[in-house]
Amino acid sequence: MTALRQLFRFHGGVKPAYNKEPSTTQPIADFYALAPLPAEFVIPLHQSIGGVPHPLVAAGEQVKKGQLIGAPDGYVSSAVHAATSGTVKAVEMRLMPHTSGLSALCVVIAPDGKDEWIERQPVPWRAMAPDEVRDALRDAGVVGLGGAVFPTYLKVNPGKKGKLDTLVINGAECEPFITCDDMQMREQAEKVVRGAAILRDLTQAGQVLIGIEDNKPEAIAAMQAAVTQTGEAKIEIVPVPTRYPAGGAKQLIRVLTGIEVPHGKRSTDYGVQCFNTGTACATYEALELGQPLISRVVTVAGNVLRPRNFVVRFGTPMKDVVALCGPKPDSDRLIMGGPMMGFAMPADTVPVVKATNCILVGSKALFPPPPPEMPCIRCGECAKVCPSDLAPFEMYWFSRAKLFGKAQEYHLFDCIECGCCAYVCPSRIPLVDYYRFAKSEIWAREQEKSAADEARERYEFRMLREEREKQEKAAKLAAKAAETKAKLAAAATPEDAAKKALIAAAMERAQQATQNPPAPPADNAEAPPAPPAQQTPS
Amino acid sequence: MSNAFNSPYFRQPASVRSVMLRVLVALLPGLAAYVWFFGAAILVQIALASLAALAGEAAILALRDKPVWLFVSDGSALVTAWLVALSFPSIAPWWMVVVATLIAIVVVKHLYGGLGQNPFNPAMAAFCIMIVAYPQLMSQWPAAGHQADFAAQWQLIFGGGPRVLDAVTMATALDTMRTALHTAGGTATVGAVFGSQPTFGAFGGKGWEWVALGYLLGGAWLIQQRIITWHIPVAFIAALGVTAGLFHFISPDRYAGALFHILSGGAMLGAFFIATDPVSGATTPKGKLIYAAGIAILAWIIRTFGAYPDGIAFATLLMNICAPLIDLHTQPPVFGHKNGGQP
Amino acid sequence: MIAAILVMALGAVVLGAALGYASIKFKVEGDPLVEKIDAILPQTQCGQCGFPGCKPYAEAIAKGEADINCCPPGGEEGIRKLADLLGREFKPLSEEHGVEKPKSVAFIDENTCIGCTLCMQACPVDAIVGAAKQMHTIVPKLCTGCELCLEPCPVDCITMVPIPETVANWKWKYPTFAIKKVTA
Repeated sequence: MTALRQLFRFHGGVKPAYNKEPSTTQPIADFYALAPLPAEFVIPLHQSIGGVPHPLVAAGEQVKKGQLIGAPDGYVSSAVHAATSGTVKAVEMRLMPHTSGLSALCVVIAPDGKDEWIERQPVPWRAMAPDEVRDALRDAGVVGLGGAVFPTYLKVNPGKKGKLDTLVINGAECEPFITCDDMQMREQAEKVVRGAAILRDLTQAGQVLIGIEDNKPEAIAAMQAAVTQTGEAKIEIVPVPTRYPAGGAKQLIRVLTGIEVPHGKRSTDYGVQCFNTGTACATYEALELGQPLISRVVTVAGNVLRPRNFVVRFGTPMKDVVALCGPKPDSDRLIMGGPMMGFAMPADTVPVVKATNCILVGSKALFPPPPPEMPCIRCGECAKVCPSDLAPFEMYWFSRAKLFGKAQEYHLFDCIECGCCAYVCPSRIPLVDYYRFAKSEIWAREQEKSAADEARERYEFRMLREEREKQEKAAKLAAKAAETKAKLAAAATPEDAAKKALIAAAMERAQQATQNPPAPPADNAEAPPAPPAQQTPS
Repeated sequence: MSNAFNSPYFRQPASVRSVMLRVLVALLPGLAAYVWFFGAAILVQIALASLAALAGEAAILALRDKPVWLFVSDGSALVTAWLVALSFPSIAPWWMVVVATLIAIVVVKHLYGGLGQNPFNPAMAAFCIMIVAYPQLMSQWPAAGHQADFAAQWQLIFGGGPRVLDAVTMATALDTMRTALHTAGGTATVGAVFGSQPTFGAFGGKGWEWVALGYLLGGAWLIQQRIITWHIPVAFIAALGVTAGLFHFISPDRYAGALFHILSGGAMLGAFFIATDPVSGATTPKGKLIYAAGIAILAWIIRTFGAYPDGIAFATLLMNICAPLIDLHTQPPVFGHKNGGQP
Repeated sequence: MIAAILVMALGAVVLGAALGYASIKFKVEGDPLVEKIDAILPQTQCGQCGFPGCKPYAEAIAKGEADINCCPPGGEEGIRKLADLLGREFKPLSEEHGVEKPKSVAFIDENTCIGCTLCMQACPVDAIVGAAKQMHTIVPKLCTGCELCLEPCPVDCITMVPIPETVANWKWKYPTFAIKKVTA
């Protein structure tokens, strides 16, 4: 039952052309049912936010489908698994699905064609301690599938109060062209709802609100039916007004609960947490089926003849997936993600990864290069559409002038890079590019600064230590000299000219020793030979 | 796989040119009323100003080694030119509008960095320079109802002969009111002055009140088009009305009423087309209210106590200086920082 | 006339007193100059400037004994910041002190290392671990790239490796869109 619930508004937002219908005309297809296994799976080890997992396999080893090949490294990290059974061809640097065009460590698997699973065991999560469930999620490689790929296990956390007020499941999917969540909700609603129920129990949430943009009536109906059918309690499907970026986690939390989670704060501190519907589904598969995250639903859309959603395993080359959809001849680029926030890929050979919700095929006609950039006329259109209530033109001004401190004063890091400002700018300024530039520059500087501070500290400590060692050495020598002097004084009672001469000689030697102390402290341990005065007892 | 730009990959079809062209369109109702009541002279002035603006803009862009066509075609020079022409007496000699437009474009706009960089409103800065330099010529306005005398107007613009106040030229209502109140030794009252001369209409200047309503109509359309927001016009008119109304209420004989001030002189043009210039004005919602109210109140003070009949231009420049400071202190709270960051 | 002078004089006295009070009351205790200069220097402690470390160089600059363009690791940006801070003219990096190089870290070829500890004694930030007759290694995170360990090494087993660009440290470039002059 869709209860009438009070919704809230987030500031700004835009309504771009959605272009979602073409890829929803056909059901989700299993990529491997339509195409042969690729010649090799290139599985990047770094597929989530946080530490790079370290490889557990070496070239020549046999692996099975779902076998752990990358172990999480550090507190924030997530496991990576083999996409099929076969032989590890290499663990080497390969081109990453990243705008930079740089390479990173990947496990390359040559499939043996048997596609043989590891043994899969449901995780008895209800009987396990919360920490153990979190470990299980981490080891299953479950990360946020909305595109941010933050490790899920870190978010499955009831917060300070021990229970959440509201768990938000994000089915808004506001970016144009992308329909993977929509189609998954239509076809696998039960899994999503059961996953949401698991997350509800793990976070002790008082209510679960599944927010879906109202331009997806089929998904809303399917999810509604699934909630009724599974009989899960405290789960509510809430249609939300269609307006980009309603699917931003913070924006959706605001729309559903009225709570604004500030930048840098944990949403659990405010009694809410947000997961994507795909993440809920992956959580269900990981815990109830014992199936690690090795595939996801990927939308292929844009400049293709047959846009469609596929289940694709990580490591599959993007061009193989695109080939099934009939890319038009004038296609000139692949974009991972949607047209508002997506990133251009350096080549079409890069693999599908956990963050790949959509492969958008671009062309000059579909995404024409922007007309020449004009100066900002401060019209304020960008501020009107900013969902974070920022002043984008001020941030642009300071980022452009490289006055990063001022840009931060205007809350540069509250920017979610949704692209609304650049979308409406009449001067066609690539505003988000300036924010990305300023942010990465600020990060680099902060890192440099902390490295310099550490170097200064270590240098000053070393100076201090050297000074202390010098003083200790000097003190030791002084003590020794004093001792010698005392003994000499004791020995000097018989008035003897010859003895006097001997003492003078010894004094001289002792003095020389203080002036040129032997360098290594180890030598000090072997005390210098006793002064000659001792050799002649009275 | 080559592409030089990043997300967002598509954009709304908006451009500086479409913004500027819509501003020009919004000026048309006021312009039509102007022609109806005061003759076609204003069209001559607009043509002169436009030509001067485009020529000046092109020349200085070429000097600055900027793409000439890209910037000349953005329409911003035309908006400045029209505002200069509309704020000048339509029967001023031809060279005045030309010089003023060139000052606006070359000095006030481009010497400060060009489009988007000028701290002062170009049209108003040029107006101030000209009224200080040629106070006499700047206070001879066409008389209402002589639209037929185009030949006489043409003669005034291009003839360069002796200029006397006669049936064709006239002081504005604001000027007449101010002169009467200032010079009659304190004996004249607003009520007595108003209506005593043909320059007064029903509420403000004869004919001018209709031009002002034309501007209001165009301005309302700009708000509907989301080119400007309601903040500046509403705050402007409200502040001017409240200030004038309050003083009129205290001393009806010494101070003209709210409607007179709102419908006379450059008030409506200022409220919808000059104070709303985003480059030189405040940009935050709260800042816009303060900025516009500041212009209105300063303008009323200059009109009432100053040496010049109208004060919109001076007031605008004064508030232009304050705009960055106003913006700095009126930044709205960002997402999650409202109510001190608490939900 | 006298009244006017008195008013003005009184005004001047009052304002002067207020300003004087404010300057005492609201005095800002700034960092001493040396600290500010030291904060700009890269803390490589390489000694290329001719001083035994960044702090001594900062002290020399503050006293006016050293120029601001003697720090190759700080590079042009560092010189600009120093010029800004000190109100001096910017000048290009002095060549006798070296050239700006890409940021690097030292790397010990562990097959060649004989464990002589000489590099450890040279390292200004204790970034080399090892013991006598034991192989040494450099902690890359702590290495400032000062190159002071290269010279003492008797077997030349230390090389400087530029820090590679990775997906993690890659930076977005400054957006540059050439505005072309349209001739038409």
